[in-house]
Amino acid sequence: MADRDHVSEEELNAYVDNELPADRRSIVEAWLATHPDDAARVAAWRQQAELLCQRYGHLEYETPPARFDLDRLARRRYGGLAAIAATIAAFLLGAAAGWTVHGLEIQKPSDLARFTTDALVAYRLYTVEVRHPVEVPGEERPHLVQWLSKRVGSPLNPPELDKQGLKLVGGRLLPGPTGPSAFFMYETSSGERFTLYCGQVNDGETALRYTTGGQNAAYYWVDRNLAYVLSGPMETVKLKEIAQAAYDQIDRRTPPRG
Amino acid sequence: MSEFRERIEAAIPALRRYARALTRDAETADDIVQDTLVRALRSEHLFHGGDMRAWLYTILTNLNRNRLRTLARRPVVTPIKDTDATASGPDSGGRDIVRALEMLTEEQRSALLLVVLESLTYREVSEVQGVPIGTVMSRLARARNEIKSYLDGERPALRRVK
Repeated sequence: MADRDHVSEEELNAYVDNELPADRRSIVEAWLATHPDDAARVAAWRQQAELLCQRYGHLEYETPPARFDLDRLARRRYGGLAAIAATIAAFLLGAAAGWTVHGLEIQKPSDLARFTTDALVAYRLYTVEVRHPVEVPGEERPHLVQWLSKRVGSPLNPPELDKQGLKLVGGRLLPGPTGPSAFFMYETSSGERFTLYCGQVNDGETALRYTTGGQNAAYYWVDRNLAYVLSGPMETVKLKEIAQAAYDQIDRRTPPRG
Repeated sequence: MSEFRERIEAAIPALRRYARALTRDAETADDIVQDTLVRALRSEHLFHGGDMRAWLYTILTNLNRNRLRTLARRPVVTPIKDTDATASGPDSGGRDIVRALEMLTEEQRSALLLVVLESLTYREVSEVQGVPIGTVMSRLARARNEIKSYLDGERPALRRVK
């Protein structure tokens, strides 16, 4: 049975950060009075905070340099990292293509597995892009959808994810394991990006499945010979919610087999 | 200047502080702050009130995560030099804590800095990082223990003899 007066490590942290309710605070204080080891740790943590503030606190009082002039930045519309990101992306495009070809020669995984891998590569490649994340912007949705549907060879309809806080940034055409693939990018208001990759496969229909690669994760499924991969950062609790919403919309739209 | 821009402007010093500690490199930090500002300006229509500061920290944290992802995929990795600490002279306490930050994972570092340096609540950090509060708490606890053992190890005189 858990002792009400026992104080956990997390509570000690919350105590230091003033996140404890008042009743637990006094219990923690009593605990520290009789547990010198924990009291020493709490003191050390406070000293860490002190060192960090000493080291970086002065920036709060420094006048920001002229490069942060907002009116000027608003006119420029892109930042210093953009050019670097674009250069690196161009290099990675070569590397990614080589790697995919390499993978094909060595083993022959299912279309869907290769498709998912390609989707995650594309996700990593394009979500870091600041200036050119897409070929056709989301504002030209009818044109974007018409173009990609034609190239993929199947009517596409990227889901509306506004309810999940996502705006369609736009899309681009990409090579896929079985032919041209469509790549749609969505973004939250805080710049977190999610992508939907889709193209034709010969595998049978599936329900939602989950896979991870590095820092990212994806949900994938097949619906009427079209494979879909919804990729995003692995850490977020949102990915599943978004994938489910996309899956539901696409599932509902698909006309019954006739 | 619009109210939206005024609020962004007011947050710049704090963003620079967070970015500097997050990257330990003055130039990289200011590049990220600039990209954060550009992105915020571009997303004005997406911002529907709420906590401006937490929103900006979220953008910055995501941009830094993207940057690290790009670095990780680069075949030749250039180590990030701690130019900042060297430039600030014989401030060994500062240097110690800077080195200690390098021992942490990106998520631990971000959680610790947002709480300790930027005074965000656990709830706000959980929104910035997009994870449950419990995850924020374990990142914090791990970060503090990492730093403590690093600092203790660096100064043998302070080590307790059992």
